[in-house]
Amino acid sequence: MNAVVEIKDLRVEYPSRELGQKTKVAVNGLTLKVSAGEVFGFLGPNGAGKTTTMNVLLGFVNPTSGSASIFGVDVREPIARQRIGYLPELTYYYKFLNAEELLRFYAKIFNIPKSEREKRIDDVLKLVELDHARTRLIKTYSKGMQQRAGLAQALINDPDLLILDEPTSGLDPLGRMKVREIIQRLKERGKTVLFSSHELGEVETVCDRIGILCQGELRAEGRVADITAQHQTNLERVFLKIVGYQEA
Amino acid sequence: MNNIFAIASVVLKEMYRRKDFYVLFVLTALITLVMGSVNIFNDDKVVRYLKEICLLLIWVSSLVIAITTAARQIPAERESRTIFPLLAKPISRNQMILGKFVGCWIACALVLVVFYLFFGVISGAREHFWPVVPYMQALFFHWIFLGIVIALVLWGSLVFTAVSSNATICFIIVAGIMLLGGHLNQIAGRMNGISATITSAIYYIIPHLEFYDLRDWIIHDRGVVAWGPWLIASVYGLVYSAIFLGLACIAFRRKALTL
Repeated sequence: MNAVVEIKDLRVEYPSRELGQKTKVAVNGLTLKVSAGEVFGFLGPNGAGKTTTMNVLLGFVNPTSGSASIFGVDVREPIARQRIGYLPELTYYYKFLNAEELLRFYAKIFNIPKSEREKRIDDVLKLVELDHARTRLIKTYSKGMQQRAGLAQALINDPDLLILDEPTSGLDPLGRMKVREIIQRLKERGKTVLFSSHELGEVETVCDRIGILCQGELRAEGRVADITAQHQTNLERVFLKIVGYQEA
Repeated sequence: MNNIFAIASVVLKEMYRRKDFYVLFVLTALITLVMGSVNIFNDDKVVRYLKEICLLLIWVSSLVIAITTAARQIPAERESRTIFPLLAKPISRNQMILGKFVGCWIACALVLVVFYLFFGVISGAREHFWPVVPYMQALFFHWIFLGIVIALVLWGSLVFTAVSSNATICFIIVAGIMLLGGHLNQIAGRMNGISATITSAIYYIIPHLEFYDLRDWIIHDRGVVAWGPWLIASVYGLVYSAIFLGLACIAFRRKALTL
């Protein structure tokens, strides 16, 4: 299968805030491939390097060494992001825009023709069930609605690759279920999804393959069933073992 | 270009949904109207005094609008983190800076048109004289001036962390250039040695914003500014705007963005 995301020997260093330490390694020697149509879950404790890896893929942070490409294009090129949809952990919105205006703005950036733009806005608002609140300012939305508005902006260009950073973080069970359903529908439509999460149950349900990151290094990678079979235990215990948690 | 105008349209939307411009316009209008209603010693020439006050208020108000609008653009995007979903789209950082610049500059053009229309109506009503071309030249020069200021402030917003410190520093720099910029070479002439060299260098490096101040020209009805010098000054202003924008793009390209 074609690799949609290809990361080779990626290393990212940040200036350290600790005394006597010049740099802090956020990601170390990460090599990874995500194929077309696959749902790939990034797992790892806080500070494992999940968000940093996503930041590199989105061009927010330059790698110290190694390379990353999306659809064969170096991630530092803006055109690499033409077929990407990105949902950050929390929805960040312009206080003075409503959902429709926000989507129109992003649609313009994706250069979606005017004739198609309004239909696309209608479609994504229906998909995330925000059609009824399209002219309300996003700041007046509930958290679940804001997260769905975030998902709508990530889908406006009908992306082939979705990068979701903890998409269900802070949502109630109903909100989580709705987001999961949307990911499932996208998977059925053949979209590639790369997402990070702390919710192991969610990852087991939705993902084709997972990668467990710890201290910037990829410690396990493969199908959930294969990983659990290899360690002869459930995903939670595998995760705890990999991150070095010692049970009492 | 599409991306630049998309960003600019959001800046404009923000501008008309905020209250800064309306407050400053109402204040300018009220002060000018109150001044205009005063009749000092039945002197008809009081209209010059009225024009001077009105133009001063327009200059101060437009400068406040330009600096505060431009200063908050990038920091607000970073603070509210809207910069992340935005830069995750196929848009470069340079396009974002240019979009912000174009948005602020167009917003200032609209503000200036409203202010100068008001000024034209007030002065015309008292003088029964409508020097349209000099007013248009003054408006255009004022707009070029604000273009340099906006580019400078955008660069400052990537150098200084706080919006308030950037706005204050830029306001002081602009006021300093307006008041002293044109006299620096004379001051350098009275100095010796290295200080004279430094002062002369500053004189040649800074953008001479005072070129764009046609208030005296308008107040004393000196007519139309010769088109040659007008064009040269316009190009000079555009070059300085481009330099500051270039510096802003370089500063922004070097910034790592982390969630």
